[in-house]
Amino acid sequence: MPGQAAELVFDEATKQYEGRDEAAVDHLSLTVRAGEICVLVGPSGGGKTTALRLVNRLIPLTSGDIRIDGTSILDQDVVRLRRGIGYVIQQVGLFPHMTVEANIGTVPRLYGRPRAWIRTRSAELLELVGLDSSYAKRYPAQLSGGERQRVGLARALAGNPPLMLMDEPFGAIDPIVRARLQDAFLALQKEVRKTVVFVTHDIDEAIKVGDRIAIFRRGGRLAQYDTPQAILERPADEFVAEFVGADRALKALALHTLAELDLGAPAGGPPCPRTSTVRDALALMLQMDAQKLAVTDERGVVVGSVTREQLLS
Amino acid sequence: MDALREARVKTFVDAFRFIADNPHLLLVKTAEHLELSGAALGIALLLALPVGLWLGHLHRGLFLAASISNVGRALPSLVLIAFGLTIFGIGFWNNTVALVVLAIPPVLTNAYFAVDAVDRDVVDAARGMGMTELQVLRRVELPLALPLVFAGIRIAAIFVIATATIAAIAGGGGLGAIIVNRASYGDAGVLAASLCVSALAFLAALILSLVRRAASRRPVPVP
Amino acid sequence: MTLAGGPVIPNFGSGSSCEVTNGWFCTDWVRQHWSDTLQPALVQHIELTVIAVAAGLAIAFALALAGFRYRLLDPPIGFVSDFLYTIPSLALFQILLPVTGISVLTVEIALVSYTLLILYRNMIEGLRAVPAEIVDVARGSGFTRIQTFTRVELPLALPTILAGLRIATVSTVSIATVASFVVAKGLGAPIFTALEQDVFKTEIFAAGGMVVALALVADGLLVLLQRALTPWTRSGRPA
Repeated sequence: MPGQAAELVFDEATKQYEGRDEAAVDHLSLTVRAGEICVLVGPSGGGKTTALRLVNRLIPLTSGDIRIDGTSILDQDVVRLRRGIGYVIQQVGLFPHMTVEANIGTVPRLYGRPRAWIRTRSAELLELVGLDSSYAKRYPAQLSGGERQRVGLARALAGNPPLMLMDEPFGAIDPIVRARLQDAFLALQKEVRKTVVFVTHDIDEAIKVGDRIAIFRRGGRLAQYDTPQAILERPADEFVAEFVGADRALKALALHTLAELDLGAPAGGPPCPRTSTVRDALALMLQMDAQKLAVTDERGVVVGSVTREQLLS
Repeated sequence: MDALREARVKTFVDAFRFIADNPHLLLVKTAEHLELSGAALGIALLLALPVGLWLGHLHRGLFLAASISNVGRALPSLVLIAFGLTIFGIGFWNNTVALVVLAIPPVLTNAYFAVDAVDRDVVDAARGMGMTELQVLRRVELPLALPLVFAGIRIAAIFVIATATIAAIAGGGGLGAIIVNRASYGDAGVLAASLCVSALAFLAALILSLVRRAASRRPVPVP
Repeated sequence: MTLAGGPVIPNFGSGSSCEVTNGWFCTDWVRQHWSDTLQPALVQHIELTVIAVAAGLAIAFALALAGFRYRLLDPPIGFVSDFLYTIPSLALFQILLPVTGISVLTVEIALVSYTLLILYRNMIEGLRAVPAEIVDVARGSGFTRIQTFTRVELPLALPTILAGLRIATVSTVSIATVASFVVAKGLGAPIFTALEQDVFKTEIFAAGGMVVALALVADGLLVLLQRALTPWTRSGRPA
């Protein structure tokens, strides 16, 4: 089965549907480095989902090329190609006639793995996505929306693919559960280090999960491809600035945690864990009407302090 | 082999000749057939439609509707005719009752499920605008349910026409009376009547299909 | 009234006062004629039904494969099976007689043709109702076209297909009684015999009751089969 993480290159990749004036994806060139999360974001009709589906050839390329670790997707057997790419979609698409365990075992079974191996692997993956082993024998109809998406994620990881494609995976889930799933996904990514292409229409989600963000404009053209920080600080043009939002300075605060700051000596004030983002710390400060926060470590011990001026600088 | 094929072709040719030679007989029998079928279907509609529609409106009686449909399907037409004959004796009523019993399940269950399946939001909106329950049923649920209701009526009509043929065994008259009396009408007559009753059933089904299609045609909003 | 088929078995009037007066239900007659009349008829009836449903299932499956893969074929297949369904059973047996003669084949052709509509419709509808995103994920995960069909689409269509099988089986049990008018086989045969012999009530109720019981038992067995084959349909809250 495939290995760790792959480099993904779009090289002038184009999708032009017959009878349409505008291309769905227009000469897209970008490189996703191995082990990075690349978020494709943009308005609907921007071609981000099309770009994603070009990779596993659910939509055929019109021209250009896409290479995974240097090998063109066109030079591989389509079925073999897809088995080596994890695929997660918004509607999850769990097979309703299979148990959770069988769903997770889908791709290993295609590879002809023995039953016992699949059972062990399912249990591992369930744990990895934060579900206990009692879920193995349930059917999808018995799961909540958030649980289903966790199983969907586990299923996509089961073949240990070097590349994952995720099409608005948390789009249909309510905000509280979505935040929890994003956190779980980021923690998971720290462990498995896959190359991930992640489609969303939510710029906040893009900033939160992306190592790099590709912003699409209508007509499937790439407007900017850069780190969240760079996009927030130096939007390439009017379109990007508007798409990112007038509060981009505020959003940029979400990119840093208190741990990255030079903390002052331990002092009084409302406690705040150092893993919080600067944005959350500021929100807490405003809410409590405080000038100072007591920064705590994982065990709740106060390790320093931070002032309002420090946060805003 | 050729002789056999010739004999087969001849039977069919004879059947068409029989139709050409005896139009009056076939017309009278067809009229009898329609009378019996129509009466039974009419009574079944009067009994089953209001019950099915109202239960569907209340979203109650799922078990009843499902059971009636299951038991109805398990009651063979011949057995019903034979039972009717033993209980009521020979005549118009034994067959009519048997046919009504046969026609009720598809009409009732389709009416029930058709109304039951109407989008609850639409019904809620209608109620919210101040319609009475009867108005909700008549102006909103029934129009939306109509195609499925007609599908049920169509199946009932097919059942009734087919079983009215068998009813000839119990003195029901109609085209079946020719089919079960080979001694009098011969092979050609039997085949001719079979073709006639098939055409009759097909026409009835076709007409009800068209009615159903007309009922389901409604203006489609431009997207 | 004439009856095509075997000789009329003199099976009533042999003894008890109940039989002589044609009472509502003479248990002694049933006991006496279980093994020579009712039981063989029941076995024949089951045979007729099983053969017809099995053949119907095979033909409908082939048709459904064609109609599912090539949408253009669906309307004509649907129309023909619907047309066959409208023909009254007694008439269809008579129309087939000059072609295939007084034979079990005649009966089976007619019985099979009545199963096609419901089996075909349910197969096509079951296959089409498989959510697009599930097929998308299957293909995206590297299922071949055949694997997508056998492992995802077909199993997901199974509940609908089995619902069709239930209806088709029960209808076949029912229509097979009429078949006895052509070939004296199955539970319809004793009913026709009894109708000929001054409406002998016991035989009609015994055989008629057995047909209804057979239909209900077959339906019940298929429900059990459905539960065993599609465990996911009755697990917990709906999606």
